Amino acid sequence: MLRRLRGRDLGFKIGTGAFAALIVVIVAGIGFELWRQSALSIQKFGLAFWLGDIWDPVSGEFGAKPFIWGTLYSSVLALAVATPISLGIAIFLSELCPARLRLPLTFLTELLAAIPSIVYGLWGIFVLVPAVRALEVAMPSSLRVLPIFSGPPVGVGMLSAVLILAVMVIPFTSSVAREVLKAVPGSQREAAYALGATRWEAIRAALFYARTGIIGSIILGFGRALGETMAVTMVIGNNPQIKASLFAPQYTMAAVLANEFTEAADDLHVAALIEIGLVLFAITLVVNTASRLLIWSMNRPIEARRATRIPVGAATAGGPA
Amino acid sequence: MKHDAVRRWISTIVVWLCGLSVLVALVPLAFILFFVVSRGVQALNWDFFTQMPVPVGELGGGFANAIVGTLMMVGIGAAFAVPVGVISGVHIAEFPATKLATMARFAADTLNGVPSIVVGVFVYGIAVMPFHQFSAMAGGLALGIMMIPIVTRTTEELIKLVPPALREGALALGATRGRATLTVVLPAAAPGIITGVVLALARIAGETAPLLFTAFNNRFLSVDPRQPISSLTVQVYTYAISPYEDWHRQAWAGALVLVTLVLTCSVLARAATRRLERLQTGH
Repeated sequence: MLRRLRGRDLGFKIGTGAFAALIVVIVAGIGFELWRQSALSIQKFGLAFWLGDIWDPVSGEFGAKPFIWGTLYSSVLALAVATPISLGIAIFLSELCPARLRLPLTFLTELLAAIPSIVYGLWGIFVLVPAVRALEVAMPSSLRVLPIFSGPPVGVGMLSAVLILAVMVIPFTSSVAREVLKAVPGSQREAAYALGATRWEAIRAALFYARTGIIGSIILGFGRALGETMAVTMVIGNNPQIKASLFAPQYTMAAVLANEFTEAADDLHVAALIEIGLVLFAITLVVNTASRLLIWSMNRPIEARRATRIPVGAATAGGPA
Repeated sequence: MKHDAVRRWISTIVVWLCGLSVLVALVPLAFILFFVVSRGVQALNWDFFTQMPVPVGELGGGFANAIVGTLMMVGIGAAFAVPVGVISGVHIAEFPATKLATMARFAADTLNGVPSIVVGVFVYGIAVMPFHQFSAMAGGLALGIMMIPIVTRTTEELIKLVPPALREGALALGATRGRATLTVVLPAAAPGIITGVVLALARIAGETAPLLFTAFNNRFLSVDPRQPISSLTVQVYTYAISPYEDWHRQAWAGALVLVTLVLTCSVLARAATRRLERLQTGH
């Protein structure tokens, strides 16, 4: 009887386990399939693929450097804009906000993540890009000589992409940072207050305690920015060039996939595009793993410390409720 | 040592800056919603839901084919993503410390972070290239793959929230672990899981990138899963980057439909979660 029960339980474990294993298989399958399909391009170009800056499907020359540049440049700049705002939101919502406003404000900031990318793109084309163009035209010529503001004011380009990416990244970074701050024990802040700290100094103590998790939340936002496709494709201008200028139309890895994949006629072009997909996959894999590890390592020591502290408190203060 | 007044000033300024950053984030939200609603409402009419696209140059027409396409592909995706997600979530929650559970949890988080366009490239390789044909099937597959990790993690979280006493009661009555989970624990977590599934549906209905080269697009109404099919998002994209004024108008209408869908689901999910929380704390 017991053995039969145990057998059925084993069946339950294996049966459900098969589905869990399926997720692992899908992720491994994505990596394998992208690698297999891009073999043609990997063999033909090798490292040159990543160092060349000419992308010309007609003559069969594929150098991916402009796309990598565009992806990294737009993501880093978007992060520079989004991080202070995201952390401000996280601090406000977890430490400062009146209790009555906390839920509605949290809901509204997270709504930014719910809006589909295509809607951001549509809004970008018809509202943001004209506004950016007006800003570029209005910029005094004394500033226009700077390399980051050089080039004709066309509106579509790096600046529009960065602004839209920043808005899209904010909800991800701020919600994780908020969770991380929530996990900081109250004793950290109380200790700071007890030493005569101001409100900001107490928050700084909490931020310092939570630093690994905060960095994890920023990296998570970086991962989101790297892979964002539609909104960026629609406003960045899609011109494969390596320029420092914020006004210059540029290109990203995700955008070139979106634009050229269905039009790619010969096998080499398809393989080259899939290789870009492979690298995008590899980069986001590394970035996401790093951010998860940081966020986990942040939560683990707290649990461990809490477990060791309770007996000490129990001995002196009569035990936890 | 800084003067106390200075320290207090810095503190006040930083507190205000934090509040300000919330406003800074809400401004684009308000702007986007304002434009989507004001421009979308102007273009939204009955034809949008019932008419097919008209040839370039003619005014009017609608998104009927795209709405059918989106519904069909979301349906195909959900048909396999919900069972896979729920069952794998059950496994991870029931056997949390095993190697498989750790790997599956990691894989789900990874899959959640994989750019949607990369999922599109993957599905192109396994479901489009072998058949030399874009298809609704491939589009649904791409959407389903994106949906799995959301359902998995939601199921896991919600099963963990079910009071252990419920499970122990079932086990004490002689139920096997599998039976206790399927007949007692899972039903208790079901309302929350359904909420999570609804949110996941809303999210994948708004995806564009994985459909571009799996389902492609179709100017005509199609319900054949082996044929290319249109979707709300891809049609909005096509219309948005077109040079025609009337198409831009309809793209805004499409965006309004998408945003309404997402907002309704979010608000409903929020209300449902609230009710669940109250039930759990209030008994």
